[in-house]
Amino acid sequence: MNSKRYVARSTAIAARVLGDETMVMSAVNSTLFTLDEVATVIWESADGATPLEEIVANKICTQYDIPQEVALKDAEGLVEELAGHGLLLLSDKPIAQSTTAPGESQ
Amino acid sequence: MPGVTVAQQRCDVVVEIGDLPIRLCSGDPAFIRLIQDRYAGYVSSSDHASFEFEIELTPPGAESVDEELRVTWEAGRWLMERGDFRAEWNPSTARGRIEQTINPYSLDSVLRIVHTLLLARKGGFLMHASSAIRNGRAFLFAGVSGAGKTTMARLAPPDAALLTDEISYVTLQDGRYTAVGTPFFGELARVGENLRAPIDGVYLLAKGPENKVEPIAGADAVRGLLGNILFFARDPESVKLVFDAAFDFVSRVPVRRLTFVPDSRVWELIV
Repeated sequence: MNSKRYVARSTAIAARVLGDETMVMSAVNSTLFTLDEVATVIWESADGATPLEEIVANKICTQYDIPQEVALKDAEGLVEELAGHGLLLLSDKPIAQSTTAPGESQ
Repeated sequence: MPGVTVAQQRCDVVVEIGDLPIRLCSGDPAFIRLIQDRYAGYVSSSDHASFEFEIELTPPGAESVDEELRVTWEAGRWLMERGDFRAEWNPSTARGRIEQTINPYSLDSVLRIVHTLLLARKGGFLMHASSAIRNGRAFLFAGVSGAGKTTMARLAPPDAALLTDEISYVTLQDGRYTAVGTPFFGELARVGENLRAPIDGVYLLAKGPENKVEPIAGADAVRGLLGNILFFARDPESVKLVFDAAFDFVSRVPVRRLTFVPDSRVWELIV
């Protein structure tokens, strides 16, 4: 995949960071999701302006011993899954929307 | 020409659960008597009410078998609909209307929904849990159907005051989470005592070969709590309020897992 991919947190959710995890609840169907440490890093970085590739390179590969290619593939799988549940927005262009600062209830 | 005017008697009763008196009005005195019996212990002696619902009884058989509940916010009012009732409630005018058959279970459902909506805005919630007060402290026993809520209520020692065997009422009072009695009952078919006390702990129920209590913290506690909180509205604001309340609650009230065999010795662990 060559095109850049942007991710942004949906506003139709409630989320809180608890320790290394993030708990996210969909306002659409009240389903509760728990993101692990790595997924939390991606979640917190999903500001709609930073390409996923850049998030993975700067926030994942620098902190965890994971090859960029593997980390990006995993990250893409994650964001697609979360987007499928309506928790994230995906686009090949920057996403302009107001999101609450990570760690705060949204 | 002689005529006859029939003036239909309009009757009402004020049912107060938590600190919320709701006036229920109906043109059918028999239905009001049924409500008075059903909510005995929660019928207010005062005429004051925060909200008023006009109940229109529809003929038996008018209900549909649709069991899906829909709670939506439209044009400044809440709409609540299931096969056996249709209700609307305008918080700004403090008035609402319920169409239902004479089945009191429908009214019970509307009251539960209204209380969840109001409690959410005050940091409280209703929970699938039995609850009891002992030595001035309230204990909640949460779980899905069959987890043992009614069993824990049945096994309660004589000095425990039972608040409910099915739906616990959790409210923030003076900065403390407090359990309040409710008339919402389960298999025990007994209205809870209209009492209240600060909550000492929530026990998530699990049946097992021995009695034991284990602390639950963090995300597991939040998950366990949220899995048992009743909320019907699917609008983002309501969901966020409940979500925040669950986090706040677990930061202040211990959550534990209670594995138990169904005999009264389990209450020895509730201290």
